[in-house]
Amino acid sequence: MGRIWKVGDNINTDLIIPGRYNVTTDHAQLAKYCLYEAYPEFSQGVQPGDILMGGHNFGCGSSREHAPTAILANHVKVVIARSFARIFYRNAVNIGLPVLVCEEAVLNSEDGHQLEVDLTSGQISNITTGKKFQSEPLDPFVARIVAAGGIINYIEANNGQLIY
Amino acid sequence: MGTLAEEIFSYRLGRPVVAGDTVVVDVDHVMSHDTTTPLAIKAFRKLTQQNNGRVFDQKRAHIVFDHIIPAATIQAATLHREVRDFAREQEIPILQEGICHQVMPEKGFVLPGSIIVGADSHSCTYGAFGAFGTGMGSTDIGVAYATGRSWFRVPETINVHITGELPPGVFAKDISLEIVRRLGVDGANYRALEYTGEVIENFSMSERMTFSNMAIEMGGKAGLIAADATTQAWLRGRTDKDYPLLRAHNPHYEQIIEIDVSHMKPLVACPPDVNIVHPAEEVEDIKIDQVFLGTCTNGRLDDLEIAANILRGRTISPDLRMVVIPASREIYLEAMRRGYLEIFAAAGASVGTPGCGPCIGRHFGVLAPGERAMTTMNRNFTGRMGDPTAEIYLGSPATVAATALTGHITDPRSVLFTENLV
Ligand code: SF4
Repeated sequence: MGRIWKVGDNINTDLIIPGRYNVTTDHAQLAKYCLYEAYPEFSQGVQPGDILMGGHNFGCGSSREHAPTAILANHVKVVIARSFARIFYRNAVNIGLPVLVCEEAVLNSEDGHQLEVDLTSGQISNITTGKKFQSEPLDPFVARIVAAGGIINYIEANNGQLIY
Repeated sequence: MGTLAEEIFSYRLGRPVVAGDTVVVDVDHVMSHDTTTPLAIKAFRKLTQQNNGRVFDQKRAHIVFDHIIPAATIQAATLHREVRDFAREQEIPILQEGICHQVMPEKGFVLPGSIIVGADSHSCTYGAFGAFGTGMGSTDIGVAYATGRSWFRVPETINVHITGELPPGVFAKDISLEIVRRLGVDGANYRALEYTGEVIENFSMSERMTFSNMAIEMGGKAGLIAADATTQAWLRGRTDKDYPLLRAHNPHYEQIIEIDVSHMKPLVACPPDVNIVHPAEEVEDIKIDQVFLGTCTNGRLDDLEIAANILRGRTISPDLRMVVIPASREIYLEAMRRGYLEIFAAAGASVGTPGCGPCIGRHFGVLAPGERAMTTMNRNFTGRMGDPTAEIYLGSPATVAATALTGHITDPRSVLFTENLV
């Protein structure tokens, strides 16, 4: 169970990790400046296991992998959004940050609510309101990468080969 | 059977695939540049034990130095050295003769029907050659360097069909801006764009590249144009490899956008988003501090020629400065032979060495707070060329050259018609 941190539509990679702060690959630094200017209360209050919830087109903008890395570095359990920008979604899957698309959960949950998420089944339960939602199923291949914890682990588990 | 994207993936896999299928394929080429390579190396290193520490194929792995070249700061130089060490270790030559998206085709790496991944969002430029080129993050590129493979979800396709007769003063860039205006900045998210129609067929490779380059400004995964005789002619002498001329067969497009260019006017994209597009004649009162002609969108020979014809024998407005950067060494040398560079220098422009130049605001012409630039770039994001309060306007090389003469945004038709340049 984790707290929902709810953000708006079109949260771009510059808002997630401003260009001034991404000249590093240090996770602690990236964690600190995640959503630093747009949602300062997030970077101060987020706890391991919390849930980040976005609207449409979450993660649009550049191909910088610092963005999902900064979220993962805060030990966020999962990002749930109405839709994701393509390169962000892919980068998140690759580095092992769980991402789910669930329109209903976003429309029926508020910032501060408590959420239970089963990453295997995609079942989402809003503990605060008692409502349950089902996220869109993952593509089977994407699900395998997610289950492995990212693409590097997935390849290592397949003897260094990227196979379907 | 299918869209060009489906045809390319089906050809590669030897079995029919359709939009929505997820596939793992061997890629033809992998590219990263001076600023994205360091992170890709990190991902690559994690996989080295399984791959003997070597890239999958030295002839198909490419590192291009273009974003901060020559190095502008000690930090950049140090980063470059790190990448040079990696390239030396892996025996990959570093290409430092222009912008990655221009140099890759010039070297004959971008062939019709091929699949190319690049650690740069404008890798969609390769679509102009009927190649599936797409931009990815550094882990993906590190994985591709190690394994030679990548995974894809075969995208749905939006067809942009362009017909009509191009009016004087209107160029490929203006049409590209019109497409972004219609589709919006996420109108092609997860999708491929496929450009068809007589206007595209009659366009040169350079003009086609302008279209494909800007696919990502709508979130597009690729910006595809079927290869034809124009493509073959351009590639002659650059490759001795065979390649297929794939095209769509009975395609199912998710959406079709029809554009008749016959009554179009020169356009300008205003900050801070590429879809805020107005006719140039309606924004002429905007004063400009710097004009920039160059980039992977519009830094090619025909772009320089258009601007040189406008600037020949003239001088730029004393109220602004002008930066010209040919997209590659090949273009630079030819522009020199033809006298274009002399025209620019005589007009008062700073002519730079091939590369990205001020496109990402790191060197060679950054903007002060509140300043405005009129450029041939593809993006006008806040802060991209320097201070976050500076503004970036986008237009064709003709609009940029006309603006250089007056000091404010200028519809190029006023210059082109009075001078009989068209
Ligand atoms: S010219 Fe600009 S858009 Fe093109 S690759 Fe360089 S920085 Fe990117």
